[in-house]
Amino acid sequence: MVTLRNLLAAALVLGIYSLVMAALWVVLDAVDVAFTEAAVGAGVTTVFMLLAIAATGRHEKIAHRRPWLPILASLAVGGLLIYGTLDLPGFGDPEAPAQQHVAPHYLEQGEAETGVPNIVTAVLASYRGFDTLGEVTVIFTAGIGVLLMLGIVRRRRAGAGDDDDDTGERE
Amino acid sequence: MTEHLVLRVISKLLIPPILLFALYVQMHGDYGPGGGFQAGVIFGAGLILYGLVFGTEAMRAVAPPRLLVVLACLGVLLYAGVGVASMIGGGEFLEYGALSADATHGNHVGIIIIEIGVGIAVASVMTIIFTALAEWR
Repeated sequence: MVTLRNLLAAALVLGIYSLVMAALWVVLDAVDVAFTEAAVGAGVTTVFMLLAIAATGRHEKIAHRRPWLPILASLAVGGLLIYGTLDLPGFGDPEAPAQQHVAPHYLEQGEAETGVPNIVTAVLASYRGFDTLGEVTVIFTAGIGVLLMLGIVRRRRAGAGDDDDDTGERE
Repeated sequence: MTEHLVLRVISKLLIPPILLFALYVQMHGDYGPGGGFQAGVIFGAGLILYGLVFGTEAMRAVAPPRLLVVLACLGVLLYAGVGVASMIGGGEFLEYGALSADATHGNHVGIIIIEIGVGIAVASVMTIIFTALAEWR
């Protein structure tokens, strides 16, 4: 078993994992997902992780007790998820419910109805537009949450000539 | 990071193409892989690279947080606004076909506008989170 105490290395491993996943999405012909995975997972998230590590500490605290409960919980959840995949239809199975329901309509009528040749964009932005609005709201909420917790806009010092974008010292 | 000459020069060379590529992904999302979300992340990544190399004070000059917050709100409102506009046009919420006399054309226009909203919101939020994390002590 490989363990990493160095969080910097762990963050980089996570980024590499995302990049490999992106390659896997390309192999599975899901280029839009691969694009997102590479940009978000391997790119921006890694930077955020590194910044968080820079703000806290570079090494994991050494645990004095073995974390049996978390290990058991992860193994149990992982086992359940793997058990759940046994009932999934085979990869690319034309009889799968996902291929039978609305997918044929999207594939056949998508371009005629939306004028957009990229079916993924047509589904995300038009057929599932309300879901995407929800996703954008989630991202917006994440940004607002970070702002509320860490705060960057409120640094308007008394006597500072310019707006908040001048060189303001923290202390 | 003032001493890393190679990093600074290469970043200055790379950032404009990254931002341009983001705009390409934004506008080309209808025809190829990509769309507002990916474009927003790439645009944000370009700004984040600038912030990483030149520091957050320089980044504040380029992307003032106050402006970013306004832009993030604007992006979400643009998306929801298209929904309201389609209601005014006689359709359901987010039924873009009502935006134009021709339903297909209306759909296409609606998709382009909401993708721009997504792109603006995502790029601003990514940059906001970066600035907040980078300056937090």
